[in-house]
Amino acid sequence: MPGRARRRLPFSPWHLFLAPVAAIMLVPLVWMVILSLETKPEASSFPPVLLPSGPHFSNYPATWNAVPFGHFFINSILYSLATVAGNLVFCSLAAYAFARIRFFGSNVLFVVLLATLMVPFQVLLIPTFLIVKKLGMVDSVGGLIMPNLCSAFGIFMLRQFFRTLPIELEEAARIDGTSRLGILVKIVLPLSMPALATLAIIQFIWSWNDFLWPLIIIDTASHAPLQLGLSTLQGAHSTEWNLLMAGTVMSQIPMLAMFLFAQRWFIRSIAFTGIK
Amino acid sequence: MPGVVLEEVTKAFPGGTVALDGLSLEVADGEFMILVGSSGCGKTTALRLIAGLETPSSGTIRIGDRVVNDVPARDRDIAMVFQNYALYPHMTVARNLAYPLRQRRTPKREIARRVQDVAEMLDLEGLLRRRPAQLSGGQRQRVAMGRALVREPEVFLLDEPLSNLDAKLRVQMRAALKRLHARLDVTTVYVTHDQVEAMTLGDRIAVLSDGRLQQLGPPQEVYDRPVNVFVAGFIGSPPMNLLRGRVRDGRVSAGDFAFERSGLADREVIVGVRPESLHPSVDGMPSLDFHVSVVEPMGDEVIVHGSVAAELANDTPGEGESLLLAGDGERAAAVARLAPRDRPAEGSVVRLGADPAEVHLFDADSGQAIR
Repeated sequence: MPGRARRRLPFSPWHLFLAPVAAIMLVPLVWMVILSLETKPEASSFPPVLLPSGPHFSNYPATWNAVPFGHFFINSILYSLATVAGNLVFCSLAAYAFARIRFFGSNVLFVVLLATLMVPFQVLLIPTFLIVKKLGMVDSVGGLIMPNLCSAFGIFMLRQFFRTLPIELEEAARIDGTSRLGILVKIVLPLSMPALATLAIIQFIWSWNDFLWPLIIIDTASHAPLQLGLSTLQGAHSTEWNLLMAGTVMSQIPMLAMFLFAQRWFIRSIAFTGIK
Repeated sequence: MPGVVLEEVTKAFPGGTVALDGLSLEVADGEFMILVGSSGCGKTTALRLIAGLETPSSGTIRIGDRVVNDVPARDRDIAMVFQNYALYPHMTVARNLAYPLRQRRTPKREIARRVQDVAEMLDLEGLLRRRPAQLSGGQRQRVAMGRALVREPEVFLLDEPLSNLDAKLRVQMRAALKRLHARLDVTTVYVTHDQVEAMTLGDRIAVLSDGRLQQLGPPQEVYDRPVNVFVAGFIGSPPMNLLRGRVRDGRVSAGDFAFERSGLADREVIVGVRPESLHPSVDGMPSLDFHVSVVEPMGDEVIVHGSVAAELANDTPGEGESLLLAGDGERAAAVARLAPRDRPAEGSVVRLGADPAEVHLFDADSGQAIR
C-alpha cells in the first residue's frame, strides 16, 4: 500500500504551489504600502528601499492636503453608485425585454448589442466624447456618469440569467393579474438577486478604478474622481512616489473594506460569472 | 358560473407546428372536463389558449357569453395550476396564497379571511410561514391549488397537476380533487396524459390526438364505445389488443380467433379485444391460442403478456409494451387480465375466449369503429 507508506503532509500538496503564487500576487500591494510610509528620497532611490527609516504616516495628511482629495472621494463615490444604480435599472429593463418579449427584430438587435462588446472603449472614446459635448456635459460629474448608466455586458448577463427562470412563474403572475412591469419588479428581480449583486459589484469596481474616461471628460481638478485625481501627483519631471502611494492606499481602502465585508458575495459572484 | 366554449380553434406556432387543428369543445357550466392524450397532442395548448397565455391562430374562445380571444389572461377570471406548480419561491406560503388577491387590490381583511379559508380547506394552516423550498411535493401541490382557488375564479384550469407526485399521494389528491369539485362546483378543465385520472375525475373526457378531438363523452362511454382505433388503444390500461383481421361472408376472423357477425360487408378490419374480455372459459365462445411470456401478479388479478397468432394493427399507442413483448414473425403481442386462480405458467399456451359482444371492430382503412 504505497498510499499509506507515504508521509502525510498537514496540508494539501497544492498549497506548495499556490502559497508562493499568492505571495507573488501580494508583492505590489505590500510594496505600495511600504512606499507610502517612506520619505521622498527613500521612495525614489534605486535599488528600492524595502525597509523604511520609520513609518512616515505624515505622507497621508500631506497627500490629502496636496490635492482636493475629499472632492476626488465624493466624485468617485457618486460616479460608482450612480453607474451601479443606472446599470441595475436600465440593464434589467432591457435584459427582460430581450429575454421574454418577442418583438420585431429582437434577435438582430441582441446580436448587434453583443457585437458592441467586441468594440474596445478606445474606439468609442471620441464619438462618446462628442455626444457628451453636444449635451453640454463636458467637465462635469454628470458627463462622467451619463455614458456609463447602462452597459451591453450588463444587459447580456442579466438576459442570460432571466432566461433561466421558469417561465411558468411569469405566466402564473400574468394570470394572477400582474402587468409586465409588475412581473419584472415583483417576480423576476427578487429571484435574480445573485445576478444583480454580481452586476453591481463588477460595475462598482469598474467605475471606481476607471481612469481613461475621466481623463478625457474632466478638466477641473475638483470634478475628478480618485484615479484621475491621483495622477495629478505624478509630475512631468518628478513624481513624489511616497505621496502617490499614500493616495493610492487611501483610494483602495473602500474597495478592501467592501471586499472584506462582502467576501462571500464576491467569490460567489465571480464563480457565477464563470458559469454564465 | 359560465362554461367554456372553443369553436374551430386552431393554433399554429411559428415554424409550422400545428398544435391544435380546428378544435371545437363545449365545457358546460360547473362541469369537470378532462383533456387527455399522449404528449404533443395539443391538450396543454388548448388549456393555455383558454387561460390566455397563447392566442389562437383562428377560431373563437368564449368564457360564459364573452368572446375572450383578445382579453388578457388577468381579465378572464380564470385560475390555473401548473404542472410544476409555479409557486413564487421568494414568498411564503401565505404570501403566495394572497398574491392573486393583492394584485387585484382586495381589501386586507378580505385577503386574510380568504387565505385563512383556503388554508383550512387544503390543510395548509401549519405551513403558512414556510417558503416553497421548505415544502414537500404534496404540500406544494396543495399550495398551488390554494393559490388558484383563493380568487374564487369562474374557471379552474389544471395542467397535469398530479404528475409530479408519488403514486400514493396521487391517489389521495385525486380523491381530494373530486371532493373539492363536488363542493365548489366550479367549471374545471383538467389536462392529463394519465388515463386513470381521466376515467376517475371527469364528468366528460375529451380525447385528443394530433391537435384534433377524437372523442368526447362520459368516461365510461368512451371506454365502452371508442369511436376509433386511437381512442380504443389509448383509453384503458393495459391497452386494448388490436389485431388485423378480415370479414368474409359475415364471419370475422383474426388469426385463429373467429366469430359470426351479421350485416357486415367483406372488408379488412381491426379487431379490438380488451384484456379483461379474455377468459379461460371458452364454451361456445370464439377463442385463440395465447402464448404466455410474462405473468404479472397484481394481487387481485394477473396481467398476462404474450402473443397470439395474428398481425398487430401497427398504429396503436402504447408502443412501449408492444415493442418489448412483441411476438416474433407472424405473432402479435397481446395482453390479458385474468383472475389469480386462472394464472397460467410462463411459457405455456392457454386457450382464451371472448364474448363476441365485447369485441370491438374498426375499419382497417379509416380506423373508425364499425357499429
